[in-house]
Amino acid sequence: MSSHSQATATTARSAIVVEAPIERAFRVFTEDFDRVKPREHNMLAVEIAETVFEPRVGGRVYDRGVDGSECQWARVLAFEPPNRVVFSWDISPHWQIETDRERTSEVEVRFIAESGDRTRVVLEHRNLDRHGDGWEGLREGVHGNQGWPLYLQRFAALFEQEG
Amino acid sequence: MPTYQVDPWTALGDPTRKAIFERLVDRPHAVVELARELPVSRPAVSQHLRVLKDAGLVIDRPVGTRRIYQVEPDGLAALRADLERFWGKALIAYKAVVEQPAKEDE
Repeated sequence: MSSHSQATATTARSAIVVEAPIERAFRVFTEDFDRVKPREHNMLAVEIAETVFEPRVGGRVYDRGVDGSECQWARVLAFEPPNRVVFSWDISPHWQIETDRERTSEVEVRFIAESGDRTRVVLEHRNLDRHGDGWEGLREGVHGNQGWPLYLQRFAALFEQEG
Repeated sequence: MPTYQVDPWTALGDPTRKAIFERLVDRPHAVVELARELPVSRPAVSQHLRVLKDAGLVIDRPVGTRRIYQVEPDGLAALRADLERFWGKALIAYKAVVEQPAKEDE
């Protein structure tokens, strides 16, 4: 692993500005997370009925399937409305639940008021190196076409439909 | 913005290329070594290696008269890129939701 780009190499960043007050921006992200996360991103054997984001430190983030089965893929690590929420990412690079917490990364979402009705949302998915050797995961993640490619293609299709 | 012409996941979707890649994960190989270990011809191995190289999965360097192939060491870059794509799309979905007219109960 090259060290010169260590900070960025282990962090994925994304940001967006939304036309909403900071309180609403925070509330929608957490309460309506079900509508934020695409349904197609699914590790259950059945379709997802809903994604639940429990709004408290120690809360669970999980997908609930139409048959009642559950897939918990995150733990809420910080919950500070309306400014900040942090949750773990307990998903291995090959899209399986990671039970070893030492091998999980974390996602911090910060809400910054740009004006009374405009909010910048900055998402940082960091400590990616904790998932372990990236190539190991990459190698195992490509068995058949059921890993990342499938998910990514389905994601892309979803958003292409929405224009 | 795609940096590579070949999508790495697509590149590894081919069983032979995956077999080549897995050998390179173990250690660097020359083309002749790979051709010896796998049931494919040397020109075919070279062609597969070119695809893997275009996908940013392997790099090569000359050693004497041979060319040694090894995995691109910055493996996390691929994971990071995919997660950034994932979150970028999730945030676009989020923007659409949050900017909808307030619901009746609000």
